[in-house]
Amino acid sequence: MKAKKGKVSVLTGNYTTAYAARLCRPEVIAAYPITPQSEVAEQLSSFVADGSLDAEIVEVEGENSAMNVCRAASLAGARVFTATSSYGLVYMYDTLLETAGFRAPVVMANVNRETPGIHAVSSGQQDMISTRDSGWIQIIVENNQEIIDQIIMSYRLAEDYDIQLPIMVNYDGYYLSYLSEAVEIPEQSDVDAFLAPLKKQPQRPRLIPGASTGCGTHGMEMGYVEARYKHWSALERAKQKVDDIDKEFGEYFGRSYGGQIEEYKTADAEIVILASGSAAGSVKTVIDAKRAEGIKVGLVKQRLFRPYPEERLIQALKGKKAVGVIDRSLCFGWKYGPMCMELKAIAPDIGSMPILSYIDGLANLDITIPHISRVVDEVNAAAKGKAYQDVTWIPME
Amino acid sequence: MKEIRIHGRGGQGAVLAARMLASAFVAEGKYVASFPMYGFERRGAPVVAFTRIDDKPIREKTQIYNPDGLIVIDPGLLSLPTLFTGLRPGAAFILNSPKKLPKKPNENLKIGGVVNATGIAVEEIGRDIPNTCLLGAFAAATGWLKLESVLAVLSDYLSGDILQRNLKSAERGYHEVEVIKW
Repeated sequence: MKAKKGKVSVLTGNYTTAYAARLCRPEVIAAYPITPQSEVAEQLSSFVADGSLDAEIVEVEGENSAMNVCRAASLAGARVFTATSSYGLVYMYDTLLETAGFRAPVVMANVNRETPGIHAVSSGQQDMISTRDSGWIQIIVENNQEIIDQIIMSYRLAEDYDIQLPIMVNYDGYYLSYLSEAVEIPEQSDVDAFLAPLKKQPQRPRLIPGASTGCGTHGMEMGYVEARYKHWSALERAKQKVDDIDKEFGEYFGRSYGGQIEEYKTADAEIVILASGSAAGSVKTVIDAKRAEGIKVGLVKQRLFRPYPEERLIQALKGKKAVGVIDRSLCFGWKYGPMCMELKAIAPDIGSMPILSYIDGLANLDITIPHISRVVDEVNAAAKGKAYQDVTWIPME
Repeated sequence: MKEIRIHGRGGQGAVLAARMLASAFVAEGKYVASFPMYGFERRGAPVVAFTRIDDKPIREKTQIYNPDGLIVIDPGLLSLPTLFTGLRPGAAFILNSPKKLPKKPNENLKIGGVVNATGIAVEEIGRDIPNTCLLGAFAAATGWLKLESVLAVLSDYLSGDILQRNLKSAERGYHEVEVIKW
């Protein structure tokens, strides 16, 4: 069975997010507005006000409460949605950890923005990076269509009986949050059909008034270790699920994204650029131009950030001659960018090759076509044995 | 691909103009990607918006450095030293101004369009929100899209009396723009 063709509308990334959430029929929403996420919260309120979304909006005084409300509602059995960014994300840090530890399948959009330390109302992935070890599934998308499709897929993953984990769907502030693109909005009946398998699985544990139910992460010694091990194992299982759900989505809706990673022209590539988010689209343009010049370059777009797509990356990169990683964030106290640092950890498995780290696109600065072109040229030279710089802060050059 | 850059100030409708322009091109069957860039939401702060139009899906998500078209909503921004930097040869320039253009502002320009969009907006809408008027002027000066496409998409964003006033403003922009071919 195939889904019907959906209506095409011109929407910004933020409005796309609200439309996507509505299609998944959340029962409780608690989101505090913050630039560049505000339209998500506004539009969801507007949907509830005009009756097109039957959800309870819990007005909160900040993000910490927003996540507490979402976790509690989720544990009571509701489907929930929230969205945040930057200061909002770090303001809910303790509740992020609780939500993951409670195994509450909250789906949250995070509009990537720089974090406190330097007040910057601008794009950057530092917020997502700073919550890496919160135990959430973290996925990064490239464009507005991928936002809508990934949010739908995220409910299948989060609420899967074998997973039961919260998911953060990340998209670049400004470059995507305010980007107007034509997006195909799936039909409600098709989204209902795609999410229907969730109803056939065993009911997940929930709090029932009057009944004694244990939940949460109080655990001493082995109790703690067992709960952590189960959480850790669920994240491991999530990797294959991401691929499976993406494949099923593709068969039904006609659009798929590669699951954990998307590979673009990597099959015969000698060198590879690893990038994520909106910048991955620009990298594809550069790859086509460089291939016309005879450079065999491909892209690995890292979609899944947590759990780390180790096996898929090894498969994609093994035997290549050099890799360049473009990071839109920093790893304080470690010289490479975060995604490059993590790639270095699997370097023994992909084989000995130069891995070049590039820092670009901080604080709304643009990862331009010339910047990417230069990365490709340098990685290509490194593959041919030329000396290279380990880490390059492109805007500082 | 055609690349268009819009320069305005917070409150003049530059952000909405970029979205309306995107919708109008989509109505003509084009692929479009359009986004504004600003820091805090502040009235009066400079805002830049970037719009790409193509016959195939657009993957680039960068700002625009080599525009085929410039729309300047606030004539005060003419003093930006980099306003015309990187213009592609044959580019179009649409300006909101009550005055005529004294000379060709950049050698790569081929089409100029000047309209008193603020004056028209104040008359038609009652406020200095000249964005829809400039979209009409843009359609007339460049011929890159039809006035009908601009008018058709305004109802996606506005309704009631304010829609009617903006339709009038866009139509007047289309008819009253002074077009210069260099």
